[in-house]
Amino acid sequence: MSKELIRLQDLTVEFDGERILDGINLYFNDHEFLTLLGPSGCGKTTTLRIIGGFLKPTSGTVTFDGKKVNDVPPYQRQINTVFQRYALFPHLDVYDNIAFGLKVAKLPKDEIKRRVSEMLEIVSLKGYENRSVDSLSGGQQQRVAIARALVNRPKVLLLDEPLAALDLRLRKDMQNELKRIQQATGITFIYVTHDQEEALSMSDTVVVMDKGRIQQIGRPEDIYNEPKNAFVADFIGESNILDGVMLQDYKVRFFGRVFDCVDKGFAPSENVDVVIRPEDIDIVPPEQGHLVGTVTSITFKGLNYDIIVEFKGFKWLIQTTDYHGVGSVIGIRLNPEDIHIMHKSEYSGMFGDYSSYSAEYDELTEDAADEEAE
Amino acid sequence: MKRTNRILTTLIFIFLYIPMVVLIVASFNTGKDITQFESFTFKQYVRLFQDSSLLQLLGNSLIVSILASFCATTFGTVAALGIHNLNPKMRKAAMTLTNIPMTNPDIVTGVSLSLLFVFVGTRMLGQRNSLTFWTLLIAHITFNLPYVILNVMPKLKQMDKSLTDAAMDLGCTPVQAFFRVTLHEIMPGIVSGAIMAFTMSLDDFVISYFVSGLDFVTLPVEIYSYTKKPLQPKIYAMFTLLFLLILVLMIAMNLIQVYGDRKKAHSRTAGI
Repeated sequence: MSKELIRLQDLTVEFDGERILDGINLYFNDHEFLTLLGPSGCGKTTTLRIIGGFLKPTSGTVTFDGKKVNDVPPYQRQINTVFQRYALFPHLDVYDNIAFGLKVAKLPKDEIKRRVSEMLEIVSLKGYENRSVDSLSGGQQQRVAIARALVNRPKVLLLDEPLAALDLRLRKDMQNELKRIQQATGITFIYVTHDQEEALSMSDTVVVMDKGRIQQIGRPEDIYNEPKNAFVADFIGESNILDGVMLQDYKVRFFGRVFDCVDKGFAPSENVDVVIRPEDIDIVPPEQGHLVGTVTSITFKGLNYDIIVEFKGFKWLIQTTDYHGVGSVIGIRLNPEDIHIMHKSEYSGMFGDYSSYSAEYDELTEDAADEEAE
Repeated sequence: MKRTNRILTTLIFIFLYIPMVVLIVASFNTGKDITQFESFTFKQYVRLFQDSSLLQLLGNSLIVSILASFCATTFGTVAALGIHNLNPKMRKAAMTLTNIPMTNPDIVTGVSLSLLFVFVGTRMLGQRNSLTFWTLLIAHITFNLPYVILNVMPKLKQMDKSLTDAAMDLGCTPVQAFFRVTLHEIMPGIVSGAIMAFTMSLDDFVISYFVSGLDFVTLPVEIYSYTKKPLQPKIYAMFTLLFLLILVLMIAMNLIQVYGDRKKAHSRTAGI
């Protein structure tokens, strides 16, 4: 068990009477890759700025290595940050940017030189020492920013949406690169992103946030497979979310049928949200199906087709590799492990119904908008 | 259309620069009459450099301008930093307050400063001669300040806010962060503010007239007292030199800017 490094306790932040963070309780372990995930405005960057020392919480405490650090300024924390738009110093070249922190700390010249070139090696930017940072590509600037932070050997590295400005290919490469650097250095990474795929593929622990509150903390697999509420289920991947009644342990009723499931510990006859992932649904001939529905739209996505299927007025999203034309009648089977049960929350009823979603509908409205524009 | 544009532009430039040309021509004239050019000579320039009282005046003006623009640039930059860190509402109010003295008529500023200095000097400090070099310098710093703030503010606004955060993240105290990062970013604004302050100071007559005493007078104030009798041609020579000084300063400022932009653009294209 790795030891706890940072703890946030009852953290609240208010700006002009508006609550940005609302009672955050969270701890970070040493050597951990933890991601704060959420839509914009959920408070993830604010949380990061508090850990970095750029912002003081309205109430609550921040503990670092067992000591309260609420009032410790950023320049006295053993934490470094990779900023969203890198924030490289334009008047300095690559070498001086990376050496900045070491020079401020007044380290001997030869040690600075050794550590900077070691860092350049790690981020594969050897030979770029004297280039101006303006002349680098986005990916290279990104790596300078990482080198500039890591060269100070911080205990914690904060990364604020560091890949947001890069294109898809480069983003994938940098994700692997970051994971590799984190494993090689063993430094705790606290990563902020709104990209769920990024969060799931890189992190040891994912913290899902919304409206200034933590919605769920867990390993990526747990977050995906056992979302705690409709918000998490919808934000992490696509989900069909239905109303159901938990009859007893391992038995849930929805669409007038009782299904076996793997969840337990709910009150008898508790109203629940039932989550079914679009990729978990098996399509079978109508006579073999638990449920029978009609395909109302189909969209080719490359890897698979997204089809919208109507079951008694409720539209589901199903992902399949087989083609099912609009109007065809299909049956579906649900295995017990495909059904995830969640307690009702303030988010119930807000997500997971694809009735309003249809590719044709989107196209129609776009056409209408175009005509209006003309 | 294009042709009329060109003609108009030429006319405007002629209109703007003809007085300077007349002055420059007059400074090389052997005769005393401006209306008649007799022959070319450098004599006026020789005379100018032999006239120690004129040179003394020029020296006075340069001392006041340099000191005033230096102080105004320092205080103005600090003030701009402070204003920039205010919340948006207060910032707007502060900017309006700093802009008012700029639009205030010089004569109002001059008279009110003079009243203040005399009041403080005679009443509170008990001096008989309250208008001195120091009052002149204070007055010049005062009217220069808004120009410096006006030049520095946009650079602060343009600067990426996270640069200061980054500096502090890497171990700088706020003061170190200013000298190591912010200062470099806003330098162009500081330089143009300083040059503007220097030129405003050098050519100020109205305010200086009211706040200078008898023992320290700047060039424009003294020249004003000459105009009751015909001006000596060596003064034209001095004006020509002053004009050239300002011209060189302005060209240098523009070249620095163009060179800086080009260097940035060049390094950017090199990266692609």
